[in-house]
Amino acid sequence: MAHVHTHDADHHDEKPAGIGRWLFATNHKDIGTMYLVFALIMFFIGGAMAMVIRAELWSPGLQYVDPAFFNSMTTTHALVMIFGAVMPAFVGLANWMIPLQIGAPDMALPRMNNYSFWIMPFAFTLLLSSFFTASGGPAGGWTMYPPLSLQAGNSFPTMIFAIHLMGASSIMGAINVIVTIMNMRAPGLTLLRLPLFCWTWLITAYLLIAVMPVLAGAVTMLLTDHYFGTSFFNPAGGGDPVMYQHIFWFFGHPEVYILILPAFGIVSEIIPTFSRKPLFGYDAMVYATASIAFLSFLVWAHHMFTTGMPLASELFFMLSTMLIAIPTGVKVFNWCATMWKGSLSFEPPMLFSLSFLFLFTIGGFSGLMLAIAPADFQYQDTYFVVAHFHYVLVSGAVFAIMAAVYYWLPKWTGHMYNMGLAKLHFWLSAIFVNVLFFPQHFLGLAGMPRRIPDYNVQFTDWNRVSSLGGFVFGLSQLLFVVLILQCVRGGAKATAKVWSDAEPVGLEWSVASPAPYHSFETPPLITDANTHHEHV
Amino acid sequence: MNEHYPVPTGPRRHVPLVTRLVIFALGSFAFGFALVPLYSVLCKVWDTGNRWYGTQARHVVERPAVDRLVTIEFLSSVPNAGRWDFRADAPTMQVHPGKLYSTTFYARNRSGAAVVAQAVPSIAPSSVARYFQKTECFCFSPQPFAADEGRHMTVRFIVDPDLPADVDRVTLSYSFFDSPRVAAAN
Ligand SMILES: [Cu+2]
Repeated sequence: MAHVHTHDADHHDEKPAGIGRWLFATNHKDIGTMYLVFALIMFFIGGAMAMVIRAELWSPGLQYVDPAFFNSMTTTHALVMIFGAVMPAFVGLANWMIPLQIGAPDMALPRMNNYSFWIMPFAFTLLLSSFFTASGGPAGGWTMYPPLSLQAGNSFPTMIFAIHLMGASSIMGAINVIVTIMNMRAPGLTLLRLPLFCWTWLITAYLLIAVMPVLAGAVTMLLTDHYFGTSFFNPAGGGDPVMYQHIFWFFGHPEVYILILPAFGIVSEIIPTFSRKPLFGYDAMVYATASIAFLSFLVWAHHMFTTGMPLASELFFMLSTMLIAIPTGVKVFNWCATMWKGSLSFEPPMLFSLSFLFLFTIGGFSGLMLAIAPADFQYQDTYFVVAHFHYVLVSGAVFAIMAAVYYWLPKWTGHMYNMGLAKLHFWLSAIFVNVLFFPQHFLGLAGMPRRIPDYNVQFTDWNRVSSLGGFVFGLSQLLFVVLILQCVRGGAKATAKVWSDAEPVGLEWSVASPAPYHSFETPPLITDANTHHEHV
Repeated sequence: MNEHYPVPTGPRRHVPLVTRLVIFALGSFAFGFALVPLYSVLCKVWDTGNRWYGTQARHVVERPAVDRLVTIEFLSSVPNAGRWDFRADAPTMQVHPGKLYSTTFYARNRSGAAVVAQAVPSIAPSSVARYFQKTECFCFSPQPFAADEGRHMTVRFIVDPDLPADVDRVTLSYSFFDSPRVAAAN
């Protein structure tokens, strides 16, 4: 379809009316908004499940829910948060910001963009619908290991089809991001002038296309094992359940970088702005991101150290996993070096980025501990693992998403938000995320297993601390919603640059706030003078 | 200005890249399935000690190492609890490598109907599986059971005298599956 430029300024901000604007949305800003709202809703659904888990774990013994329901809470909490909250939030940010950052009028494939969003509500309705059937929701763990996952009732096929739909949506979203970045950059915007958020998303999109289909394949094999008599994972027919774990984690480890690389991009945008310095080591950041993505395909069996692998494999996967600490260390070093002798200020996006930097690094260190194969025999399936991945996913990915929202919200709404409320939200979140997850390290090292509704009385005290932290952390997220609603409805007028005194660099700050419905219909010309960074 | 433009132009400019990416995604999907045979091949090539392969022998030569004793442990498990009794008649045996032995497992069908069952063996540690050879085993073929029928089933085995000197204990375990569809396919 050819683009028709009317150059009629009067029509530039005309939006389709009514519900059709959203149902048939093809505008990247509308679709970005829908993704972000969907992610926020799923964040609260997944959060409510976490509250059930923490309430049940307040005391040893069984309090409020029966064990099967507890297991369905841990299972769906993970699926909802990973596929429903974090990934759609990143896709929403990509939709909003990538065209604005590369000077493109829209995403490359707007119609497919609409499909990939509208698949998501169906996928999650399907996933959660089995809670209303007699057999209950999926309860075999989000990793869906056979044979346990095959022993579920109605929740098994709905979960598999929901995964298929989410996978299709992610793959379409990823194709859209790649085509947009490769084909629609403004003239002069060479790849090594791209903002880092675009770079990390480009690499993430390739990871998605490489591994989401592998997950689709794995769950399809589960499906045919269950209904069509195949024996991929069924020992009775010569299959091997451990084979499933290999295929799943071949997807699963790159998936954790899908959940964190866009976060790296976000903080790489925010830290330079509020340090009032260009990003230190831009090229190194790009190559480090690419190295992390490449290495992510070579480490999957570190999730399987206790499955009885031969010594050579244990050593290989231990060392390849530790290797990832090198490019990750380069990134952490560069963020610190960006701040070094910078003129720092601590607006909410910077606060969330800084706590990302500290807390993600803690999660990285516990990851290194888990990478040590002999030590992992003690840590495997304990709360230490739970503490580790929540440090990288909550105080990592989720904090980066919040930093991004606080950074770009005035650009989206045209209003500044309530800074006091945002800082209160930050301090409550940053303090209580640690109260929530730090004690889980102790519980895990002391031997408390994960995915268990009941526990030995010796674990009571730290579980109480953790639950308390969880309740305050969960409640304080309501402030985030209040703040966003206030900011949508009104507030001080935001300038085009929003953070004027910090002089943010990037094309998104050259359009008005709120960003007009149609932007960059004539592409801007990019030169070294208006590029983000220095080459180091 | 157009020489600065890094990208294709024209109405169908996205088609080639989208086509390549769709093929990439389909290839990844196929790769997921290809991992299944790939793992088996790699396990054989690297000789990591598969739990199943190479443990079934037609001809063996007895050359007993009478000065060495190895403990063989027998384990049994039933994925569908309640439908079967299944146990080793002797939980452990002391054997000399290089000598042929036999033992029995007992199974009783409590499902209330005639069923064809299949036992699947596994040897631990898997790295020594190739030194444990079975000349006769109820696991070699599907086992038909009438309703409520119980019987003792034989396994004859020999431990290779080349079994590494540091191994003094080998575990043979069977899982007993009543999957008629799978058993029929075998
Ligand atoms: Cu991993």
